[in-house]
Parts: sequence; structure tokens; C-alpha cells
Amino acid sequence: MIYVNGDAQDNAPSVTALLERLGLGAAPRGVAVALDGEVLPRATWGAQTLHDGARVEVVGAIQGG
Amino acid sequence: MQSRAAEKTGTTAFVLAGRELPSRLILGSGGFTSLELLAQAVEASGSGLVTVAIRRIDPAARGSLVDLLDSLGVAILPNTAGCYTARDAIATARLAREALQTDLIKLEVIGDERTLLPDAPELLAAAEQLIADGFEVLPYTTDDPILARRLEDAGCAAVMPLGSPIGSGMGIANPYNIALICEQASVPVVLDAGVGTASDAALAMELGCSAVLSASAISRAEDPVAMAAAIAGAVAAGFAARGAGRIPRRLYASASSPLAGMPDLG
Repeated sequence: MIYVNGDAQDNAPSVTALLERLGLGAAPRGVAVALDGEVLPRATWGAQTLHDGARVEVVGAIQGG
Repeated sequence: MQSRAAEKTGTTAFVLAGRELPSRLILGSGGFTSLELLAQAVEASGSGLVTVAIRRIDPAARGSLVDLLDSLGVAILPNTAGCYTARDAIATARLAREALQTDLIKLEVIGDERTLLPDAPELLAAAEQLIADGFEVLPYTTDDPILARRLEDAGCAAVMPLGSPIGSGMGIANPYNIALICEQASVPVVLDAGVGTASDAALAMELGCSAVLSASAISRAEDPVAMAAAIAGAVAAGFAARGAGRIPRRLYASASSPLAGMPDLG
């Protein structure tokens, strides 16, 4: 189990796999990912696994400012 | 003949953090009721730089803002809106950089919900850290000339004082402070927040600002596209007037018609 934007979900094999499962594509422009509070560089998404209980934040640009 | 404003900046082009922009109006994307309306306002504004906020993705709600802004050919300026501490603002800026592949960040560190005024110590601390991390920091700040100087000394690429609180439409509450900030700054001064209508934007430029950032005044106007064009015109007019050099204010009248040669009609 992992927590994606606060929601409990099944784990995924990698960050890239998680993004694909969310329907965002493998490396969507305008998206960033933090794992347990630390920003994950885009280049690491393919290899980055997620431990049980991982807190994953998936963010993007919205209208504002 | 070069205008005074051109002499001061060396050129009439607007360069912000090393990027030459086509307009001195920066458009905030918040508050538009649809992406279509935002697109029309971007075009009417002539702006080359548009702000966005960073939030959790809602996979259900796409119709991508980033794709839209890319297709319009404008640069994206992410902000740290909603952050109350330097720590949160720094984390948000790092997410924005990773998401949008830009070093530009509009740094907002807010002190309270009611006024949305900047928290000066947190703002300065966040600016220092982000500059050390290689960001081009554009801080939303109060109209305090000393804080503006401290932010510039820290290495900010611009200073962005408020005219009045975010979304208030109250215009420029302290034009004397804005003028002082402009007089002392060697980085661009961008009036951020408070613009309610075109005249506020013109005044900002007449006071010596290099640019104006406007969001609510445009997006929440009855006709946002018409207001985008109006504020763009005001920014251009205010910049031109600043360069042209206004007459001094005086208490009494000063006749513009000569007194000599009056006929004797006694």
C-alpha cells in the first residue's frame, strides 16, 4: 500500500508505472513527483521503486497567481 | 532621441531574469472561468509570461493548462501561492522546477489568510535558499523599500511589491513607497497585486515600475478579454509617459497662453 496525494492505493513497480496507472503517461510535461517529501528528478522515475507506506505527491500546474 | 526610461534601462525592451519579454504586462492565470477565456485574455494582453500555481494533480480534470500556454508561445512563471513558511515555499519551488523545467519562480510566502500579505522574514529566508539552489527568484513583497533592497541584495532577479492586497483591486495604496523602491532598485520592479483597473497599471509604470503583474483585475472583470487589452494599453501608456517626463505638480495655475500681446479692449 502506498499513499498517492493522500489516497491509499496499491503499490506500483515504479514511479513511471504509477503515473501510467494514473492516466498521466510515462513522463508528462508539467508534472512533478515527491516521495516522502523529497522531489524526485524526472530522470529517476523509471527506476524508482516505492516502499510500503510511501507517501507520493503528484503535482502539476493549475491556474493561479 | 532616447527616452529617459530607455536611458535608465539601456533599452526599451523588457528583460526579466535574462529573458527578453514582448510585453511589460505579466498575466496571472488565476480566476478565469475556462481555459478558452484564459487563452483569449493571453492574446488580448500581449503578455509573454503567465503565472501558474502548483497543486496535486486531479487525473480526472485535464485539458492541460501547460499545453495551452505552450501552444500560445508564452513562458510559464510558476508561483508558490498558498505557502506560509519558507520550508513549504522552497519545496513547492523545487516541484515547480521539476514539473516545468524552469528556474523562474514567483516566490510567495504569505503571513495570514485574511490579508495574504507577505511574511517578510520567511520570504527573505526562502529567497536566500532558492537563490543558492540556482533559482531566478521573483519575490512577491510588501511595499517596504528596505525589504525590497534586502531581497535585491540577496540576489533576487526582480522585486515585486504589492500595490495593495492580492485580489483587493484597491490600486496603489502607497505610491511614495513604490516610487522609492523603483528609484533605488537596479533589478526590475514589477507591481504585483492590487491593480483594479487600467489606471492603476498606468500609475505603476509612471512611478517607475518596469512591469505590472495582473490577475484578478483581468480574470474577474465583467469582460476579461476587454480588460486584458485595456490594462495592456495602460501599461504601455504609463511606460511611455514615464519616459516622456511628466510636468511637476504645482499648487497654483501656470498659464499656457502668453500674456504678452493681449489686445486692449477697454
